[in-house]
Amino acid sequence: MSERPVNEMSFEEAMKELESVVDALERGDVALDASIALYERGALLKKRCEDELKRAEEKVAAITLGADGAPTGLKPVEGL
Amino acid sequence: MDLIDDPQPGQNTPEYTVSEISGAVKRTLEGEFGRIRVRGEVGRVFRAGSGHLYYDVKDDRNVLACTTWKGQVAQLSVKPEEGLEVIVTGRLTAFGAQSKYNLNVEEVTVAGQGALMALLEKRKKQLAAEGLFDASRKKKLPFLPGIIGVVTSPQGAVIRDILHRLRDRFPRKVLIWPVAVQGANCAPEVARAIAGFNRLTPGGALPRPDLLIVARGGGSVEDLWGFNEEIVARAAAASQIPLISAVGHETDTTLIDYVADMRAPTPTAAAELAVPVRMELIAWAEAMGGRLSRAAASGVRQRQQRLADLSRALPRKESLLDTARQRFDRTADRLDGALTAGVQRRRLHLSEVAGSLRPGLLNRMIAAHRNAFQARARALRPAQLQTRLTAEREALTRLERRLSIAANAQQQRRATALAGAERMLATLGYQATLERGYAVVRSGTDLVTTRAEASGHAALEIEFADGRLEVATTGARPTRKTKPEDPPGGQGSLF
Repeated sequence: MSERPVNEMSFEEAMKELESVVDALERGDVALDASIALYERGALLKKRCEDELKRAEEKVAAITLGADGAPTGLKPVEGL
Repeated sequence: MDLIDDPQPGQNTPEYTVSEISGAVKRTLEGEFGRIRVRGEVGRVFRAGSGHLYYDVKDDRNVLACTTWKGQVAQLSVKPEEGLEVIVTGRLTAFGAQSKYNLNVEEVTVAGQGALMALLEKRKKQLAAEGLFDASRKKKLPFLPGIIGVVTSPQGAVIRDILHRLRDRFPRKVLIWPVAVQGANCAPEVARAIAGFNRLTPGGALPRPDLLIVARGGGSVEDLWGFNEEIVARAAAASQIPLISAVGHETDTTLIDYVADMRAPTPTAAAELAVPVRMELIAWAEAMGGRLSRAAASGVRQRQQRLADLSRALPRKESLLDTARQRFDRTADRLDGALTAGVQRRRLHLSEVAGSLRPGLLNRMIAAHRNAFQARARALRPAQLQTRLTAEREALTRLERRLSIAANAQQQRRATALAGAERMLATLGYQATLERGYAVVRSGTDLVTTRAEASGHAALEIEFADGRLEVATTGARPTRKTKPEDPPGGQGSLF
């Protein structure tokens, strides 16, 4: 199992690892002390996923273009 | 001088300078035809360095030269391509410097859907041959993009549909790159937008999106034509950011759909492909949390149960020794009794044996043995031995006498036989014969008995009765005349 820091993982990676952690724990073939470490890892992964899910916010902006068609900046878009 | 000259032939016909007639033709062409539409197939296309576009539109017999000035080229919704069936719109005019007329084209449209589809097929084949449609080129869409870039018109239903669906599923940051979604500017703007999004830096002031959606609502084939342009398809293929195309309705398939990493049938569907449903994920995370706690708890519980089971199965320490202790007690108990009984049994046996043991018994036994010994000693006397010795000595003397007699008799018999044999030898030997005048002839040790044999030897030895004599032979050769032999080579006897 990869022991990458959870906050470096993408949502999808955290999700996949959380699933495999839960599967491993449910199979019950992990040594007790390892299963405690596994549980702690699972709790971290779950928190990582939940944080990402909580962070959901909508922000819409349109790119403003110069005369040459190159992007110059952003302007907020509302009411759509 | 004659005032009335001969009229020269053609004097009445108006005379023009070249420029005058060129101008007149030009005016006539422009005035007579005005703005017209011409249908034909695009022939040779030449784009000059100046940016002007020169091309032919032809049918099976004739050719019409067409020009589109640099300033007009950008307005064309379809760029003329050789072989394309088109309707060109413009003004007929003449170019006096070359005595040529041509059509100044302001607008090109593809003549009928069949022709458009044929053009699309041709481009599809070419891009497919380059491998731009290969499944191996398709990038995987991110599961949850942080920023979504949308290339579309900032007005209208399309962006609204996308934003609504994103809001329903999983609100995200959205960057809109406004483009024209139809007309001549569509293709270059869309291509530039895709490339432009790719050039942004992740996390910058203008952050680079994790996913692109190129979207447009439904429309006619001509309306959607910008998304069939090669530059758009190539820009989409070159995009490093995963790209979803959502152009037109479900039944419309444009060139960009083939190169996109994912094709959505509608803009709404593109939003659905772009993000997962947040509420579902929240439910999933809760479920996972529940399973995680339950699994961890049940892991501990199972082990507790197992420990309890094992503890019950483990016997008490004291009970392990019970049996052994009991055996020891029983055995120890018997130990004292056994020793006493053993000693008593042996004592009893000793007293039984010792009871009959007295000196008188021994004396009686000695007296009995002494009597038996004395009886035997009395029977032992020397007279018996001497009687036997005398008898044996007499037998020996008799045997000596018999041996001497037998030996003498045998000696006598042997002497008599020897004398007889000597007499017999004298009678039979040849020496006695020699006495009577005979002789023995020898050669060496061999006996010679015939004349023929004797004539073969040079020397002979003759034995007489009184000794031997060496003689030499003289008549070695035979004296008898032999029969003459047949003359060699002579005639043989008839008989």
